[in-house]
Amino acid sequence: MRLTVNGTEHEVEVEPEMPLLWVLRDELNITGPKYGCGIAQCGACTVHVDGVAVRSCQLAIGDLAGGEVTTIEGLGQPESLHAVQQAWVEHQVAQCGYCQSGQIMQAASLLDFNPAPTDADIDAAMSGNLCRCGTYPRIRAAVKAAAQKLQGA
Amino acid sequence: MSRVGKIARRTFLIGSAAIAGGVAFGVYAARQPFDNPNLDDLPEGAASFNPWVIVDSEKVTLIAPHADKGQGIFSAQAALIAEELDIELDQVEVSFGMPDKAYYNRALTEAMAGFPLHDTSPTAERVRGFVGGVVKLAMPMMTTGGSTGVPDSYDKLRQAGATARETLKLAASRQSGVPVAELRTEAGAVILPDGTALPYTALAGLAATLPPVTDVPLRDPKEWRLVGKPMNRLDMVAKSTGTLTYGIDHRAEGMLHAAIKVNPRQGGALKGYDASAAQAMPGVKKIVEITGGVAVVADNTWRAFQAAEAIAFDWGEAPYPAEQAEHWAHLSGIFDDDHLNAEARVEGDVEAAEGEEVRGEYRSPYLAHAPLEPLNATVLVTDDRVDIWAGHQIQMFAEQVVSEITGVDQENVHLHNMFIGGSFGHRLEFDFIRQAAEIANQMRGTPVQLTYSREEDFAHDFPRHITMGRGVAKVKGGRVTALDVQIAGQSVMRSQMGRMGLSLPGPDTQLHEGAWDAPYFNLPNLRVRSYRTEALAPVSSWRAVGAGPNVFIYETLLDEAIHAAGADPLEERIRLMGHDVSVKVLEAVGELASWNGPSAGPGRGRGVAYGFSFGVPVATIVEVAATDAGIRIEKAWVVADVGKVIDPVNLENLAQGGTVFGLGHAINCEITYADGMAEQTNYHAHEGMRMYQCPEIRFKALENGAKIRGFGEPPVPPSAPALGNAIFAATGQRIREMPFNKFIDFL
Ligand code: FES
Ligand code: FES
Repeated sequence: MRLTVNGTEHEVEVEPEMPLLWVLRDELNITGPKYGCGIAQCGACTVHVDGVAVRSCQLAIGDLAGGEVTTIEGLGQPESLHAVQQAWVEHQVAQCGYCQSGQIMQAASLLDFNPAPTDADIDAAMSGNLCRCGTYPRIRAAVKAAAQKLQGA
Repeated sequence: MSRVGKIARRTFLIGSAAIAGGVAFGVYAARQPFDNPNLDDLPEGAASFNPWVIVDSEKVTLIAPHADKGQGIFSAQAALIAEELDIELDQVEVSFGMPDKAYYNRALTEAMAGFPLHDTSPTAERVRGFVGGVVKLAMPMMTTGGSTGVPDSYDKLRQAGATARETLKLAASRQSGVPVAELRTEAGAVILPDGTALPYTALAGLAATLPPVTDVPLRDPKEWRLVGKPMNRLDMVAKSTGTLTYGIDHRAEGMLHAAIKVNPRQGGALKGYDASAAQAMPGVKKIVEITGGVAVVADNTWRAFQAAEAIAFDWGEAPYPAEQAEHWAHLSGIFDDDHLNAEARVEGDVEAAEGEEVRGEYRSPYLAHAPLEPLNATVLVTDDRVDIWAGHQIQMFAEQVVSEITGVDQENVHLHNMFIGGSFGHRLEFDFIRQAAEIANQMRGTPVQLTYSREEDFAHDFPRHITMGRGVAKVKGGRVTALDVQIAGQSVMRSQMGRMGLSLPGPDTQLHEGAWDAPYFNLPNLRVRSYRTEALAPVSSWRAVGAGPNVFIYETLLDEAIHAAGADPLEERIRLMGHDVSVKVLEAVGELASWNGPSAGPGRGRGVAYGFSFGVPVATIVEVAATDAGIRIEKAWVVADVGKVIDPVNLENLAQGGTVFGLGHAINCEITYADGMAEQTNYHAHEGMRMYQCPEIRFKALENGAKIRGFGEPPVPPSAPALGNAIFAATGQRIREMPFNKFIDFL
């Protein structure tokens, strides 16, 4: 089976039911997307497929249908941060950080579709992403800052 | 230990500089109680002045041995060393290092001396010093827990930085002929009077041959460059780019993935199983038995999960009551002398005190830790060495557990401590390490990564202990005159230490923590008694441990009493509080929230609560609105006194996160047992707080306390009672049991 992740094509030999998350993590060693619940309850596994945030634990690789996958690693790198990642660093959002790949991918997708979200928009879009450490106040602030950065750019 | 390491150690005992096998070693600082583990394999030309600083010709490495599960101690440790070492954080490499008793936790014993932590009298300090000395000799524990990371590190790591700096200056003086007094240090270099900079890396070889300069006075905090100022945490960029390697992300050549199924009735037997279907599933390499269950080893985590699900099991009974109602019934029957854990505090005479009585019974349920990174460990066993890649908070004990399973000497068992995706106490447990070692021991030569499925993580959590409280308060003349608090619970410490093969003599102080030591010194009549059982489900330390349930019980009862007295909830607490540092905390939270009484307009209410845990007084005010769709938690204000702030930004993050954690669990979480198994199997049934329920949270830190304190846990306890008290103010409904959503709807 072929798939494109962060612009690179890969060939994997797996059963079509295997969720994208585990293809990324265990077959391709792309470990930015995290396993948290496996049942669409935490959002730690969030990646973009054709630019849209999806829970990679819920998407069977056989259903990817040629969709291009972007993981947190493809959004931005330490030396070339995406505006959302920059805002995350500026607001010192992370505690344990385990949820943050998913939070950032979710936020980036939100801002793609809605460049100037209200507080209610942010809460609605981000509430599927659990943060056990409780960094929500900082996530809210960082999403707003990222929105401004992206609009100014 | 390497051969040269052994020689070096022996040599240090006689206190002279050593040149062994052509390798130069620095002399070990004489006053260190334990050998410097860095010296064992130190290459030529490198210097290590103490267990926390290594300098070679290429780089400066700082060892930050405390486990980081999100609280930020990795960065805090590095900053404390760098502050005195005069080096910038982007000039150093920081590592967790390898476990060693040189890194034993000096602050951990402080709470064991039998004095409340707000008591800093000479007697209390003398006893603490004595207890600390005994424990250091008997069982030096390298551990991160009990909010002790910062207090343990504060002096010790600054001292480590200062010692290294002065030794490097001495080396520069020898090299340049300029007296030490005319040298200064900056940004990783010794600066000569003419402005020439000698980088530390260039001085390492010479410094390694010098006896370390000890007894260096620490700088006045006024001179600090890093500590006390907003920091950029060292892990922040990596955590924002998916590039940080957690234990679960460890990858090794030829590594296989394992999943387990262990009897969901905790501690119950494995009576039988049929793995024939699983055996034939794709990717399955091996199916092995482990204590109480079975492991599937496969080439992919998901395949291992799938195959584990396909095994049919016959499980034995649970060694505790099967149904939740029996757990509560048991607790309600232990408020008697036979189960007395301690009469922890008696002031005046609660029974003789006059006044109108207020009574309440309170409940705090079992709660899962459920950190977002599920438990995992990677282990490689060979015949003479074991490597473990996992995040753990009691590192050397984990090595000992693995040594016992594999038969490899503990000296050759190496735990590579990893960044941890949350713990809340779960990474103090050993089951996942033990199981990974049992599996890898049956797969010698192959690294195996065990990952718990979320369902397994819930089923095999050792949750927060279940607690029931009974209280009687008395009020007279508009004042609270007496509180009589009884707390019954499953003993956390006995349960947890029992799994480590340790026994706890005497009472379990966690069963009254946060209640017996609440410094309401002006309350004339007070009694706190705790009752203990070990007949219920196995439990473990859950963020804030006893103070979580106990502060909920105490502060709800107190709030009821204050209401009955007709007094103001904040003013009456301030009046009762005889502890200056805490009075200032309460006054400051009132100011921050512009407190003007509990009612905040129609359908709105404010509640206040105070909690004292791990030496930190915290006061929280919560404001709620009662809407048609349910209670909306709108705002929270939190003030704490940690003695000294290391990083104000991280501290604020912990205050917000701890408040979210306390509130989220109070509104919608509990673990209940049915047929001996936890009924909640994943986050849908134990949600905690999500963003749409999260209030705006404002925080202020004070620095009046006599000692520096850790802040990982203290923000949690007062949040639940502050919310309950706010709901009462808004609706008139008093909720005495968590989770609150059993009694009232939330937005
Ligand atoms: S792991 Fe996919 S939503 Fe939790
Ligand atoms: S930062 Fe730990 S789960 Fe979000």
